Amino acid sequence: MSTATPVTFAARARQSRLTWPLLALVALLLVNVVVTPSFFSLRIQDGHLYGSLIDILKNGAPTLLIALGMTLVIATRGIDLSVGAIVAISGAVTCTYIAGAPDPTSASAAIIGLSMALGLCVLLGLWNGFLVSVLGIQPIIATLVLMTAGRGIAMLVTDGQIITVTNPAYRQIGAGFLVLPISILISLAVLAAVAVVTRRTALGMLIESVGVNPEASRLAGVQARTIIWTVYVFAALCAGVAGLMISSNVSAADANNAGLWIEMDAILAVVIGGTSLAGGRYSLTGTLVGALIIQTLTTTVYTAGIAPEITLLFKAVVVIAVCLLQSPRARAALRRGKTPPPVVPDAGTPSAAPDLGVLADVPGPVAPASTSSSHSAQKAGQR
Amino acid sequence: MLKKIITLAASAVVVTALSACGGGGDGGADAAGSGDGGGELTMGFAQVGAESGWRSANTKSIQESAKAAGVELKFSDAQQKQENQIKAIRSYIQQKVDVIAFSPVVETGWDTVLLEAKRAQIPVILTDRAVDSDDDSLYETFIGSDFVKEGEKAGEWLVGEAGSDPTKVVEIQGTTGAAPAIDRKAGFEDAIKGSSNIEVVASQTGDFTRSGGKQVMEAFLKSNPDIDVVYAHNDDMGLGAIEAIEAAGKVPGQDIKIITVDAVKDGMTALSEGKINFIVECNPLLGDQLMDAAEKVVAGDELPKRIETEETTFDQEQATAALPDRQY
Repeated sequence: MSTATPVTFAARARQSRLTWPLLALVALLLVNVVVTPSFFSLRIQDGHLYGSLIDILKNGAPTLLIALGMTLVIATRGIDLSVGAIVAISGAVTCTYIAGAPDPTSASAAIIGLSMALGLCVLLGLWNGFLVSVLGIQPIIATLVLMTAGRGIAMLVTDGQIITVTNPAYRQIGAGFLVLPISILISLAVLAAVAVVTRRTALGMLIESVGVNPEASRLAGVQARTIIWTVYVFAALCAGVAGLMISSNVSAADANNAGLWIEMDAILAVVIGGTSLAGGRYSLTGTLVGALIIQTLTTTVYTAGIAPEITLLFKAVVVIAVCLLQSPRARAALRRGKTPPPVVPDAGTPSAAPDLGVLADVPGPVAPASTSSSHSAQKAGQR
Repeated sequence: MLKKIITLAASAVVVTALSACGGGGDGGADAAGSGDGGGELTMGFAQVGAESGWRSANTKSIQESAKAAGVELKFSDAQQKQENQIKAIRSYIQQKVDVIAFSPVVETGWDTVLLEAKRAQIPVILTDRAVDSDDDSLYETFIGSDFVKEGEKAGEWLVGEAGSDPTKVVEIQGTTGAAPAIDRKAGFEDAIKGSSNIEVVASQTGDFTRSGGKQVMEAFLKSNPDIDVVYAHNDDMGLGAIEAIEAAGKVPGQDIKIITVDAVKDGMTALSEGKINFIVECNPLLGDQLMDAAEKVVAGDELPKRIETEETTFDQEQATAALPDRQY
């Protein structure tokens, strides 16, 4: 977000929280080129770009979108665990409507279906926001309600079946191309919009102030309740659109598996990007890099042929490495003898000294124990 | 205080939602169970849950077969939890049903409750999934698919199809560690062992889902330029692979041949359209075999410890013929 002048560029790069995640991303891509020399090759296929990099963008788009919503929620010192369930609901509602529509192949069926789904997602976001901002329930618990119940709702909608649709218009959202995949164009457009709205106005600072101390913000005249409510609705809407992408990509709604554990991927992307789970500070560019790292990891596993038995371990090792690189203390320990660089918050944010939970009545959320984008063993017993 | 009340209220909402969900399933089961019984046989059946289309077809088959055979069926849905299944089995023991059948959610931890059934002299039949116990006198028989054999059938078809041409295969596995994934892989490898012209060049897990199958296949298409055959451990991953192959500008079923396992309706449709080349069936319709076994075991006949479900394979013409009657 900040414009670096040439003089201080090196110093800034060393201090920026983005440097290490970016280096990790570049390193991952380089590993891929070594293992698969054609990794960077792109060609035009049926009028659009085709290649591994395009796959990363296309498949990373839903995670990026959800992570964007999650970034703002986490910036207010919250967390939203229900996004995976909302992904499932969104796809389920749309596909069930399209499959039952008078003309299941028409664009109008797709538009009505996805409008219904997104409307429902806004309602679910309102519910989450209500629990957190009005009733003051801890975010991790409040959103856990919908995380558990939401998948059940999706199952009810689809009757436990995988709903397959053949609708060319709906297909465009997740599998369509305008030179680049339409899904990543949507996600990047949302990223740009959020960047403009929160960083070119005071809104971003207000969100961060709520994250630092909601009570103090309220006393200072910030409408903390409205802001918290809004970020949960935005997160749910992002998850809803991501759900459309995921189900549209395979032209089917799978209530059991769509978006399973994607909340963990999204939180991980946010954290890798340098946003603090304690709230009060966020980086949108960081979230973009984080989401790309996670998808690149998955693509690397598939392309490089890493055995499925050790996939989770491989992912965990990379994630731990990135987190250690980000930690000033760990870096200082690595370069023993040199003075550790001072910890400077991102430019453009208020220097929020995070002495949290002093005035606030709601304690901060607990960071969920997520070490990898695991599509976990829980499914092992499932057919 | 207020917060506590609200938390309670919130959890009440969840509980209501969940029980409403369960209630729906039970209602359906009751309708089937209390159907015109009249038969002397009572069976308690503890189902895993309703987690997939395959499982729903399985439940429906058991309910319909029970009705047709005049067996009074007491049905329970464990919602994928072992403790629910154990509770259900205990209640069947107390109700003194003639025979208990169930699909174990997990493989272990059944000895105690099965011993209780044995002491009450109620025979137990396992369906679809096995239990891992040293004492195989705890159950009469196990009716279910042989996943290894499914993999073998897929491999045998490929051996016949490939002839002596060099053939590069990519494999999309099921969820890592799941029995069907392990066995279908092993059976396939066994079947192609003798053919040096067939080579599995890549193998990754697609988690039994369409999205997984699509992502894995997208990556395979880039890292292995000339793939001849895709072997997917279930139809859904195969359907995802088809999408990836089409996006790469190739024709599924012709440029790249596809073999899958399961034969659910969507898979059979793709097979009849020529996008899949061969499907090995994994049959959920074991209701008739279960009722047959139950009658025999109550009559005191000796049963084999392992009854395999009747399963077949489909090529494209057979799929077109079978598709109109496909129930699931």
